[in-house]
Amino acid sequence: MATGTEPHTDAARRGVLTTGRAAIAARHLRTDRWWVPPLVTALGLGAFVVYSTWRAFANSNYYSEPYVSPFYSPCLGANCVDMPLGARWPLFGEWWGLSPALLVLIFPLGFRLTCYYYRKAYYRGFWASPPACAVAEPHATYTGETRFPLILQNIHRYFFYFAIPVAGILTYDVVLAFRDTHGHWGHAGLGTLILLINIVLIWAYTFSCHSCRHIVGGRLKHFSKHPVRYRLWSWVGKLNARHMLLAWASLISVAVADFYVFLVASGAFDDPRFF
Amino acid sequence: MSTYTAHFKVWRGDTEGGGLQDFDVEVNDGEVVLDIIHRLQATQAHDLAVRWNCKAGKCGSCSAEVNGRPRLLCMTRMSLFGEDEVITVTPMRAFPIVRDLVTDVSFNYAKAREVPSFVPPAGLAPGEYRMAQEDVARSQEFRKCIECFLCQDTCHVVRDHEENKAAFAGPRFLMRIAELDMHPLDAAQEAGLDRKSSAQDDHGLGYCNITKCCTEVCPEQIKITDNALIPLKERAVDRKYDPLVWLGNVIRRRTP
Amino acid sequence: MTQVERHTYDVVVIGAGGAGLRAAIEAREQGLRTAVICKSLFGKAHTVMAEGGIAASMGNANSSDNWQVHFRDTMRGGKFLNQWRMAELHAREAPDRVWELETWGALFDRTKDGRISQRNFGGHEYPRLAHVGDRTGLELIRTLQQKIVSLQQEDFKELGDYEARLKVFQECTVTRVLKDGPKVSGVFGYVRESGRFFVIEAPAVVLATGGIGKSFKVTSNSWEYTGDGHALALLAGAPLINMEFVQFHPTGMVWPPSVKGILVTESVRGDGGVLRNSDGKRFMFDYIPDVFKEKYAQSEDEADGWYADPEHHRRPPELLPRDEVARAINSEVKAGRGSPHGGVFLDVSTRLSAEEIKRRLPSMHHQFMELADVDITAEPMEVGPTCHYVMGGVDVDPDSAAATGVPGLYAAGEVAGGMHGSNRLGGNSLSDLLVFGRRAGLHAAQYAAGLGAADRPLVADEQIDAAAAEALRPFSAEGGDPAAPENPYTLHQELQQTMNDLVGIIRRADEMREALTRLAALRLRARRAGVEGHRQFNPGWHLALDLRNMLLVSECVARAALERTESRGGHTRDDHPEMDRRWRKVNLVLGIAEAEDDLGQVSLVRRDMPPIRGDLLTLFEKDELLKYLTDDEVDA
Repeated sequence: MATGTEPHTDAARRGVLTTGRAAIAARHLRTDRWWVPPLVTALGLGAFVVYSTWRAFANSNYYSEPYVSPFYSPCLGANCVDMPLGARWPLFGEWWGLSPALLVLIFPLGFRLTCYYYRKAYYRGFWASPPACAVAEPHATYTGETRFPLILQNIHRYFFYFAIPVAGILTYDVVLAFRDTHGHWGHAGLGTLILLINIVLIWAYTFSCHSCRHIVGGRLKHFSKHPVRYRLWSWVGKLNARHMLLAWASLISVAVADFYVFLVASGAFDDPRFF
Repeated sequence: MSTYTAHFKVWRGDTEGGGLQDFDVEVNDGEVVLDIIHRLQATQAHDLAVRWNCKAGKCGSCSAEVNGRPRLLCMTRMSLFGEDEVITVTPMRAFPIVRDLVTDVSFNYAKAREVPSFVPPAGLAPGEYRMAQEDVARSQEFRKCIECFLCQDTCHVVRDHEENKAAFAGPRFLMRIAELDMHPLDAAQEAGLDRKSSAQDDHGLGYCNITKCCTEVCPEQIKITDNALIPLKERAVDRKYDPLVWLGNVIRRRTP
Repeated sequence: MTQVERHTYDVVVIGAGGAGLRAAIEAREQGLRTAVICKSLFGKAHTVMAEGGIAASMGNANSSDNWQVHFRDTMRGGKFLNQWRMAELHAREAPDRVWELETWGALFDRTKDGRISQRNFGGHEYPRLAHVGDRTGLELIRTLQQKIVSLQQEDFKELGDYEARLKVFQECTVTRVLKDGPKVSGVFGYVRESGRFFVIEAPAVVLATGGIGKSFKVTSNSWEYTGDGHALALLAGAPLINMEFVQFHPTGMVWPPSVKGILVTESVRGDGGVLRNSDGKRFMFDYIPDVFKEKYAQSEDEADGWYADPEHHRRPPELLPRDEVARAINSEVKAGRGSPHGGVFLDVSTRLSAEEIKRRLPSMHHQFMELADVDITAEPMEVGPTCHYVMGGVDVDPDSAAATGVPGLYAAGEVAGGMHGSNRLGGNSLSDLLVFGRRAGLHAAQYAAGLGAADRPLVADEQIDAAAAEALRPFSAEGGDPAAPENPYTLHQELQQTMNDLVGIIRRADEMREALTRLAALRLRARRAGVEGHRQFNPGWHLALDLRNMLLVSECVARAALERTESRGGHTRDDHPEMDRRWRKVNLVLGIAEAEDDLGQVSLVRRDMPPIRGDLLTLFEKDELLKYLTDDEVDA
């Protein structure tokens, strides 16, 4: 063939440029805006990381009766503010001088960091591995999740186990939010609604987890012998199909919930009460 | 019926080299890219090499890349593109080239052989198999696979890293392992084969970073990542990273 | 002497569809070294297109079903022209062949009690088709493919070589069966990828190449269906029978043009789809032939009742055998009551919910959505007849699948003739592949094993040289000829148009004579078919070589169709519209003539079929037999 480029001879050329594959100089030929999804992902996750870092280290404006920020619950330091009936257990005693948020955020952070959806999102968005389908990645070598540290992604299941009590405590916080600023029951405000929406999304995200799907029934060989678990598996499967949506929705809702508590606690906004 | 002239760039060449060749070619209502390639064959380039068979998305022969995306030529409708858009057709870029749009897909057949086959259950004669529909449904989804190898082509583990081909079976064959592991009557375990750990130890499951391109390109819309690869990873976790299971095994081993 | 790659095997199977793979598995399990040759990649054969299911009287859906009922349905479908012994073996062995697939990993849809689910289909009295949604062919081919891989893994364990006893030669085409005297000695072919020639020396060759649909313009068949096995048999001296019977599947897509002919599975009708013309009339009630009057519903109410309660209703006429439905659609369109794109309407959306349609007919839903922008859960499909299957094929011994007159040559599947008579029932094809694929593999293996080393036929160098010269001719097409080389694509289009227009679904003597004249002219022009480029993966060259086969087979079809002056099954004569009992037992046997006559290069003789065994005849009522058999035959 006398047309076009000549074959590559440089052995160092990698991936789609490997000698023996069709000689095409471009590293990809996609004509659509393939870079939009990873960019949006990176910006979205980046914004959350910046916001949550600020709030986690802030150690202030996280409680305004009856609302506690989901970032600070349960509050495990001795330096927590007073939260009547709240999940305030100074397990770490006096020596912990930093923000108490750091003691609990490790669990939701770990859960999301090892989540099968978020892995895809940040591998694509931040690590460009790959940036998009059939778009060459920039790295010379790739070992995926075969060795340390990424092999640790396999402990996702344990973060799932931890995510359940954390979500339980946040649910308890929502119950507490049905009080007024004096601790009287039977009241609700905009903050109650926001916390309620947040906890519903958190539970939906938690139950839509791939590990959850595996544990409730996916690991079985014979669904027919376990009808209840089969039904659970089917339900979780339906949620699981929306795992990405729930991941983002709950990420946004948790930030909004925290920000709302911040606004109320800092006095910038007066929580409107419905009843 | 409306007709227009489309501008195509088709990669032509072989192992010695090659490049994109320009063609202007007639397009009619309702046609797919493969029709256009056939028209080129019949009128302008008789020896243009392309694989195809069924023309209905059922055999998985006409895999290639259209405007940089792995696709079946027979299922890519021309109406997807603007009339003045340049349409670039190249062979799959993860496999060695043979000629024009034809690639050497023997990698996939070699990997297929490395996956241990179905192990029939002992003591059940033909005709005695009883399986519930809900038990076969999962594996049936994976058996919809038409082996077009687009998932193998798009997977960056081998597309971007030739050196990983030895260790990594690719989405199609990891899915095959999942299919067999979920088969209600597969007796591999009884025969001493643990498909779950071997997926990771022998077939490179760990290379998968679940970035889902395999699912994105699958013309059969099989949820390869969510329904096969991730469940398989979770099954490997059961075997290898679950301290409770590990503890159980240690205790069992100690008791005589 | 021509330089060729040479191999030696015990059994060579040409074709890697259902029949070929099943034959190869059997030959290898008999312990013989077996080669499979396929034109496409391994696992891409046309069998994947089969949608509906595998007919086998397992009796899972209705326990009244048994092999006798299946045999009866098959004979009725074929209008009693079936080789009765083949129909018997087929009906008896089909269940075992299906169950065996499960032990190799196949996953059919299940009944409530965990057995293989069976669905209704045209011409079958009971729900009989084992199926997987509407992708049964894919399941079949994948299961056989994976069984072959599993055998190769065994060989690897034992001998360290996956291909020690069973090798698949992918993307290779055989152009000649080689002979040593009367006996098969091997095959000659080329590797599509490199264009290099190869010879496999083998005493036994199984033809499993499928059909001939690519000779017709509107066809559900893929490019591979160029009648290779039919032509190879003829050229090797083995005759063909029943070539006049070509099945036009009633429901192929008619729009868009690029997919015209692609199949719409019969399951659409089995699951409740109804046919209507442009007036909205359910016209099939007008087309129930006398022989089927008692078996089919006469009113819409009765037909509708059948889906829920088949015990107390007769089946809807949409489920008549394929030839009847195809002719009915043809007549409606000709009478001006067709759909906008020249078909009729097939509607399943009125009877089934969208969910149910997506579950039962997923690939149809997908196919129409992707290719025609039609949502079959909400609107009707437009469908029309498409060339689908050839009942005719190599004349074989019913028990051993051995081709007549050529020791060592076997044929199974669509390339073999006789089993389906004048018309094949849906679902009987996949079971045919398995039953006779196995038998061909078994008997080929026994034949090869029975030959001593000294008896093994030898491949003569002259035959290799001749085959090589024949294959290379398109590259030097101009040599000596006054006219410019012919474009093989143009020739192919003219051939398809000729067969479609003149030897299609409705036939007339003058048209078929015209067809034979045109075919003879095309044959002369095909000798000048020229190609450019080189031998490496050159589709123009491949087509030029396939033309020889398509032309030869087309001539057989036209020649036999001209001879048979009656209408029966897949052969409808406008000038002889009635079925004639005297023609029932006549097979038209085709061979290559020693000299050309005014009709062409094919020879034709009439041959009487063996009388049907008495106990099989007692399965039918005498009244019914008298519709097909002559009085003498019934009395005897």
